[in-house]
Amino acid sequence: MDAIILQILNGLDKGSAYALIALGLTLIFGTLGVVNFAHGALFMIGAFCAVTFSRLLSLSYETVDPTKTDFLGNPAKINTPYVQDWFGMQTGSVIIDWAVPLSILFAIPVMLAVGVIMERGLIKHFYHRPHADQILVTFGLAIVLQEIIKFYYGANPIPTPAPAVFAGSFDFGTLMGFDPNTIIYPYWRLVYFAFAVAIIAGVFAFLQFTTFGMVVRAGMADRETVGLLGINIDKRFTIMFGIAAAVAGLAGVMYTPINSPNYHMGMDFLVLSFVVVVVGGMGSLPGAVLAGFVLGILESFASMAIVLETIPGLNQIIIYLVAIIILLTRPRGLMGRKGVMEE
Amino acid sequence: MFGLNKKDFSLLLIVAGLLLFAPFLLNPFPEGSAMAQFNGGYPDLMQRLVIFGIFAVGFNILFGLTGYLSFGHAAFLGVGSYAAIWMMKLLTMNVVPAIIMAVIFAGLFALVVGYISLRRSGIYFSILTLAFAQMSYALAYSVLTPITGGETGLQPKLADPRLLDGASDDGRIPQANLFGLDMGASYEMAVGPWLFTFNAGYYIAAAFMLLAFYIAIRIFRSPFGMMLRAIKSNQQRLNYTGLNARPYTLAAFVISGMYAGLAGGLLVAMDTQVGPERMFWTASGEVVLMTILGGAGTLIGPVLGAGVIKYMENIVSKINSTILHDWFAFLPDGIEDLLVTLIYPFVGKGWHLTLGIMFMLVVIFLPGGLVEGGQRIARLFGRGKKDEAAAETEAAKQQPPAE
Repeated sequence: MDAIILQILNGLDKGSAYALIALGLTLIFGTLGVVNFAHGALFMIGAFCAVTFSRLLSLSYETVDPTKTDFLGNPAKINTPYVQDWFGMQTGSVIIDWAVPLSILFAIPVMLAVGVIMERGLIKHFYHRPHADQILVTFGLAIVLQEIIKFYYGANPIPTPAPAVFAGSFDFGTLMGFDPNTIIYPYWRLVYFAFAVAIIAGVFAFLQFTTFGMVVRAGMADRETVGLLGINIDKRFTIMFGIAAAVAGLAGVMYTPINSPNYHMGMDFLVLSFVVVVVGGMGSLPGAVLAGFVLGILESFASMAIVLETIPGLNQIIIYLVAIIILLTRPRGLMGRKGVMEE
Repeated sequence: MFGLNKKDFSLLLIVAGLLLFAPFLLNPFPEGSAMAQFNGGYPDLMQRLVIFGIFAVGFNILFGLTGYLSFGHAAFLGVGSYAAIWMMKLLTMNVVPAIIMAVIFAGLFALVVGYISLRRSGIYFSILTLAFAQMSYALAYSVLTPITGGETGLQPKLADPRLLDGASDDGRIPQANLFGLDMGASYEMAVGPWLFTFNAGYYIAAAFMLLAFYIAIRIFRSPFGMMLRAIKSNQQRLNYTGLNARPYTLAAFVISGMYAGLAGGLLVAMDTQVGPERMFWTASGEVVLMTILGGAGTLIGPVLGAGVIKYMENIVSKINSTILHDWFAFLPDGIEDLLVTLIYPFVGKGWHLTLGIMFMLVVIFLPGGLVEGGQRIARLFGRGKKDEAAAETEAAKQQPPAE
């Protein structure tokens, strides 16, 4: 029992990342009908927003401390971050410590801008081209974005730690009456999961309860009619693209403490999240979220030692295996609607 | 000639000529001159140009002709490579059985993957092939380690049985050969300051390339090729006429898988080692880039694309900032530094950036690839002449109507 609960928990954070990227992909696909292979790159840009922001926060100037000397006898230099000067010693270091959560504030406008520029500059010209062309041009864009990041940040992973408060692990075992230390789970992963749930709920609420969301949903169902009603649907779709980019970006920001960002993390997640989208059913938002979590949890079950002893390597192929089976038995995916992407 | 019309035959002749004289054509600069680093006439690069050309020509039969975008073709290249290396380990270092087995195994694997993947079309097909390729990569990387060597890959070892060869007498691992002709054997010809290298392995690969290209022409011109084009332009209409497209698409898929297997087998013949990274999905992306860049649906396009990309990978990636500074040394210091700063991100380690931008520009502005670009330029200069070459691509690259 405890092993099962542990695996479900383990699957949640990966599932959260899958679900968030797949949600964005589905938003773009559902609204604009564009297959965006650059979505993984948006996830990566989000992660590097966190890197940039934490570097900005720890910008510092050097002063010579006359009271101390280093081992060669020269006067020691100390670095004082500007933030500490402005907000005081104590507050300053807390701000630096909280760089990753704070970069959300920085990432939202950046990602919205990136999304809107991308849509207006490139994607807009591909509405009426075949899906293959959309895949190809966004694939090219993904390579370009990835190389730009590689040029400025290097090829090595950049560790970006979470605030010190979240350093430990939470002991579920004692909470649920098991022995201590049987089910422990790092705090940050809990935060990531809670964050993912909040974002997903936010997107759904936005689409469900606002006028803007209503119009967008109407536009997803029948774009032409909504346009004929005198609504500028293109503008709203552009904003939705920005929101989808922001969702992917935020998923990337919060993922940095779990896995240090590197320039190819986008491509790594992209393939998997496409599989997630297809399993969930193209164009279905609940399907994407459901499939994201289900596949994340399945993956973590497949990595259990007892499973790997029976079927070695299952953890690496389980997602693809499930995708192939689902696509062949339920061509529309788990929650796909009729008539979406069917030639 | 050979069942080709005059135009196709001259195309074949041009390709044959290019292949034959590649050591000259790719080595235009004298040895030791400042431009010598742009020489691509060394065996390793020429072999790669030709082998990936074969890969791209095969991919084009599926994508350019039939309209199915596979994102998992590197899997067949990998399967072919593994089959070839096992033939070398078990039977003989002669490349002939290795290449034959590579083609057969890749074809069989393509049959299985194609049979399943071709139940769906469009983006679903792309994702399915991607899933299969990633799965084969993961399997080769971990589970199938006894067969694939896992992370380290495979190469011939002294302890291998090699039934036909017998034990090597001098205790060295024998080199891949063709009935005794060493694949690495080269003849170097010095003409004045130039140095041309003729490599046995390259010419064997080039012979296969010529054969592959000839078969591709025949497929393009056959009724079967016509059927594939019909599938690309409107599959629904084809279904309404009572025709089942599946056997045709499957045949195209298997053929292109066999081309990939041939390329994989040749890669092993040239450089006797295999690793699982050959099957990673970005490797599949590379062949897509090649085909699109050169011109999907045209005969010569994929070869051209493969050439451009492999040339860039090997030559442009070697340009570092010192070389750039050398080039612009005649300029005033400020301008020199500025130019180097501007160009540096696009060369050397950043050559992928150039590739990505070039690829995007081609997809956006030049859907017919470099071949179409060339035709546009040709039309610009020779307006009076009726452009016959254009007709070929026009017919081949009819896009399905947008939804």
